[in-house]
Amino acid sequence: MAVRQCRAARKRAAWGVRAARCPGRRCASTSAYKRFSELLPKEERNNACSARVPKSQILTLPELRANPFQHRICHVFSTSDDGDDSMSFEDFLDMLSVFSDSATSDIKSHYAFRIFDFDDDGTLDRKNLEQLVNCLTGQGEESRLSTAEMEQLIQNILEESDIDKDGTINLSEFQHVVSRSPDFASSFKIVL
Amino acid sequence: KDKEEDKSKEEDSCSQQNRTSRRKNCQNKNGDGKKAGEEGSRQRGKKAPTKDQRESENKERKTNKKEKEGENKQKKDRKNSTSSASSDSSGEESLSEEELAMLMEQVEQKKKLISTMRSKPWRMVKKLSVLREAQAFVEKFEGALGKGKGKKLYAYKMIMAKKWVKFKRDFDNFKTQCIPWEMKIKEVESHFGSSVASYFIFLRWMYGVNLVLFGLIFGLVIIPEVLMGMPYGSMPRKTVPRAEQATAMDFSVLWDFEGYIKYSALFYGYYNNQRTIGWLKYRLPMAYFMVGISVFGYSLMVVIRSMARNANQSTADGDDDNFIFSWKMFTSWDYLIGNPETADNKFASITTSFKESIVDEQESNKDENIHLRRFLRVLANVLIICCLCGSGYLIYFVVKRSQTFSKMQNVGWYERNEVEIVMSLLGMFCPPLFETIAALENYHPRIGLKWQLGRIFALFLGNLYTFLLALMDDVNEKLAEEDAVKNITHWMLLGHHNSSAGNSSTATPPPLDPADVPRGPCWETTVGIEFVRLTVSDILVTYITILVGDFIRACFVRFVNYCWCWDLEAGFPSYAEFDISGNVLGLVFNQGMIWMGSFYAPGLVGINVLRLLTSMYFQCWAVMSSNVPHERVFKASKSNNFYMGLLLLILFLSLLPVAYTIMSLPPSFDCGPFSGKKRMYDVIQETIELDFPAFVAKIFSYVANPGLIIPAILLMVLAIYYLNAVSEAYQRANAELKKKMQMQREEEKNKRNKAATPNPMLQDLEDILTPNTKSESQPKQAEDKKTESPTRISPAGKQGNTTALDRSPVTGGRGAAYTLPPHVFTTQPPPMGVWAPYPGQPRPRGHPLGPFPGRGRGRPRY
Repeated sequence: MAVRQCRAARKRAAWGVRAARCPGRRCASTSAYKRFSELLPKEERNNACSARVPKSQILTLPELRANPFQHRICHVFSTSDDGDDSMSFEDFLDMLSVFSDSATSDIKSHYAFRIFDFDDDGTLDRKNLEQLVNCLTGQGEESRLSTAEMEQLIQNILEESDIDKDGTINLSEFQHVVSRSPDFASSFKIVL
Repeated sequence: KDKEEDKSKEEDSCSQQNRTSRRKNCQNKNGDGKKAGEEGSRQRGKKAPTKDQRESENKERKTNKKEKEGENKQKKDRKNSTSSASSDSSGEESLSEEELAMLMEQVEQKKKLISTMRSKPWRMVKKLSVLREAQAFVEKFEGALGKGKGKKLYAYKMIMAKKWVKFKRDFDNFKTQCIPWEMKIKEVESHFGSSVASYFIFLRWMYGVNLVLFGLIFGLVIIPEVLMGMPYGSMPRKTVPRAEQATAMDFSVLWDFEGYIKYSALFYGYYNNQRTIGWLKYRLPMAYFMVGISVFGYSLMVVIRSMARNANQSTADGDDDNFIFSWKMFTSWDYLIGNPETADNKFASITTSFKESIVDEQESNKDENIHLRRFLRVLANVLIICCLCGSGYLIYFVVKRSQTFSKMQNVGWYERNEVEIVMSLLGMFCPPLFETIAALENYHPRIGLKWQLGRIFALFLGNLYTFLLALMDDVNEKLAEEDAVKNITHWMLLGHHNSSAGNSSTATPPPLDPADVPRGPCWETTVGIEFVRLTVSDILVTYITILVGDFIRACFVRFVNYCWCWDLEAGFPSYAEFDISGNVLGLVFNQGMIWMGSFYAPGLVGINVLRLLTSMYFQCWAVMSSNVPHERVFKASKSNNFYMGLLLLILFLSLLPVAYTIMSLPPSFDCGPFSGKKRMYDVIQETIELDFPAFVAKIFSYVANPGLIIPAILLMVLAIYYLNAVSEAYQRANAELKKKMQMQREEEKNKRNKAATPNPMLQDLEDILTPNTKSESQPKQAEDKKTESPTRISPAGKQGNTTALDRSPVTGGRGAAYTLPPHVFTTQPPPMGVWAPYPGQPRPRGHPLGPFPGRGRGRPRY
C-alpha cells in the first residue's frame, strides 16, 4: 500500500509542485525525492516511500534550520499518529507544495494560520500571539519585548484584525488581513 | 485506466530507482488499492447528488456492479465492460433529456473540481483520491454523453489532451531546468535575504535580454558583413590609413579602440553601402537599419511586458494602512532566510520595528522636532542639488577640454582618458556622499532607499546627458570638417584619374591604394568609440571597486584584527554591506549606454554580454566572501517593478538621442552602410522603390501622407484619453468599495458591541424610534438574532476539525482583492436568505435592510 501511495505521491508532485524551482535536476518531484532520501539513514534509503523521517532529521534541512517556526512547521505537516512529528514522503511533498511558488495565497495563508496557532485550537488568542512575538524577536534577552510593550502590541493587533471582537483571531479574519499584505506570498516560500 | 497505469509507469522510470523485482509487487498492490479506492470514491460520489438524481444513481450502481465483475478479469475485459456499461447507460439516457443535462452538469462540476484542486488546502492523500475519483467519473460519463460517431472522436480528443498536458508538464520542467544560476542565487538569498537576491535576479534577467539583442545584431548584421561583404583592406573605410599603420597594432593604441579595432566590424564605419551583398543578395544597409530599430522595439516590449506581469502579480494594494501591526506580526518573517547570522539580524530588525511602531503609536500626536527635521531635510536636498550641479559642470568642462586635447599632438594617457576617468570617479564617490547627507534626513530605510536611488539616478542621468551634449558639439564640428574633406577627396580622386589618364592613355590607371585616400572624420564611429570606452572603463572601475572596497577591506579587517588596538570587525571599518541601490543603478545605466551605443558600435552588445556574465560570477563570489548582511534586513516586496520603471525611463531617454541623430543628422559620406544618402532612413524608401512592386510604393506614400498621420495621432491621443478616464473610473470605484468595506466593518464592530448589551432595552428604543415600521421590523429582528448566534459560535467551533477548514472558498481572480473576500461573509450575521431576492448583487450590508431594522439600530451610533 505504501509503495502505491508513494508512487501516486510522486505523480501528484509532478502535477502540484510543478513550478517549484529545481536547478540542475531532472524534475521537481525527483529533486524532492532525492532530498528526502538524503535525510534517511543509509539502510532505509531503498524504501524511502514508506519510511518516516524523524523530526530531528527534518530540522537539519538548511531551509528550516534558521526558521523560528521550525517546530510548528514540522508539527503542522506531519501526519504521524504517535505525535513525534516525523514526516513521511507525502508530508514532505505537502510541505514543499505549500511553500512553492505555485501555491495560491489562500493555501499559504491557511497553513500560515495553522503554523501560528500554537495550541491547535483553531484560533489565535492572546497566548498564541505572545508566543508568536517571542518567536519573531528571537532568543536573546536584550531583544525581548517588555511586558508592557507586549501588552500594547497584542492589543493593537487585536484591535486591527479581530473583526468580531471575541478576543481571538480566527482563520477568516486572519486570511482577510494577510491577503491584503503586499509581500506575504513572496516571503512565505521555501526554495529547495 | 490503461493510460493512467502507463503514466504511473512512466513516472516510475523517471525516478530511476525502481527495481524490476519490486515492480510486480507494486502493480498487484496498485490494482488492489485502486479497486478499494474506486469503491470508496463511489460511496462518496453518491452523497453529492441531490434527491432528484436517484435514477442516475441507480444507473451508477448498475455500472458499478458490472465494473466490479470486470475488474476481476484482465484489463482488456475491463475496458470492454466499461464501454458496454457506458453504452448501456447512454442508451438509457437518450430516453430523458433531463437526466442527460443533470449528468452533464455533474461532469462539469467534476471538471471544475479537477481544475481547482490545486488551490484547496487538503492533504496530498485526499487530493489524490478525490482527483482520481473525479477523473474516473469524467472519463466514464463524458464519453457516454457523445453519441455514436462522436465517441471515437471524443476518445481521440482525450488522448490528445492528455498527451498535450504531459508535454506541457515536461516542457515546464525543461524550462525551469534551463534557468541558470538558480543555486547561486538561492545561496545568496538564504544569506542576505530577498532584497539582495532581487539584484541578482535582475542581473540574470538583464543577461537574458542582452543575449537576445546579441543574437539579433550578430546574426543579422555582423556575421553577414564578415562572411559576404568586401574583405578587409579592399576599400578605404576598411583599411587603416597610411599614417596610422605603423602603430595600429600597438597595445596602447588598441586599448583606446583605435588602430585595427577602429576599422573592424565592431564599429559603424566598417560597413559598406553596397545595396546587396553576397550570393544571397542580402540587403545589409536595410538590415542594419531594421536591426537598430528592432533592438529598441524588442527592449521596450520586454520591459513593458515584464512590468505588466509584475503589476498583475502584486495582488493587494500596500497603501492600506489598516493593518500595520498585524502585517508586521504575520508577514514579516522571510522564510527564505537559511543562515543563522542573517536570522539573528532579522530577529533584531523585527524587534526594533515592533518597538518603533509601538512608540509611534504612543507618540503619534506629539511631534516636537518637526521643524528641525524639516530644516534638515531641506538642507540635505540643497546640498545634494549642489553636488549634482557641480558634477554636471565638471563633466561639461572636461569634455570641452578633451576636444582641445584631441586637436593637439602627442597628448598623454591621462589627457586622452580624462572624461572617462572623471565620470567613473564621480560615479564612485558621489553615492557614498549622498548616503552621508541622507543620514541627516532620518527616513525609514525603505523610503530612504528610494530617495537614494532617485538621487543617484539624477546624478547619472545628468552626467550622461552632459556627456551627450558635449559629444553633440563634437559631432557638429566633425560635420563641418567633413565638408572640406569631401571636396579634397573628390578633387584628389579626380586628379589621380586625370594624371594617370594623362600619363598613359592606353593603360587603365593604377588604382589608388585604399590606405592613401584621404577620408572624413566619420562621426558615427567616433560616437561608437566613445560609448565603448565609457562602457569598458565603467566595467573596470566597478570591478576594481569591488576588489578594493569589499575584498581587500574584508581581508584587512579579518586578518589585521588579531593585532590591532580596537575591534575592527565591530568598530570602524568593519565589513562592507552589499550596496543594492548603487549596483542596480549601475546596471541600469550601463544598459542605457548599451542601447545608445549599439547603433553606432554593433559590437558593444557583445562586450556587455561578457560583462554581465563575468559580473554574475564575480559579484556572487564577492558578496559571499566579503560582505555582511544588512543590519536592517528588509524585503524587496515591490521594488522589482521599481527597477523596471527605472529601466524603462532609461530606455526612453536613450532612445531620444539615437532617434535624433538618425532623423536629423546627415550620415558621413565615406563610411557606414548609409554613406551617400542624405538621411539614414532613406534606406527604407530606396528598398521600397527598388525591391517592391510599384503599388506598394504608392500605398506607402499614401500612408506616409501627413493627412493620414495626423488623424492617426489624434485618434491615438483620444484613445489614451478615453482609457485614462476609464482607469480613473475604476480607481474611483475601487476607492468606493474600500470605503464601503470599512463602513461595513465599523458597523459590524458596533453591532457586536451592541449585541453584548441587553436586548429588551434595545427593542424598547427601537419601538420608540420607529413606531410605524414596528410590525415589519420585529420578525426580521428576531430572524437576525437567531442567525446571529449560531454563526457567531460556529467560526470558533468550526476550526477544530480540518474538514471544516477545507470549506474555505477560493477567492477567484485579482478583483477579489478589492471586494470583501467571500469567507468573511461567514462571520456576518445575515445569511444569504435574508436578501435572497438579490443573491448576485454585491450590495453593502447596511443598505438592503433599508428603512427597517438597519435604520433603527444604525442611526444612534452615527
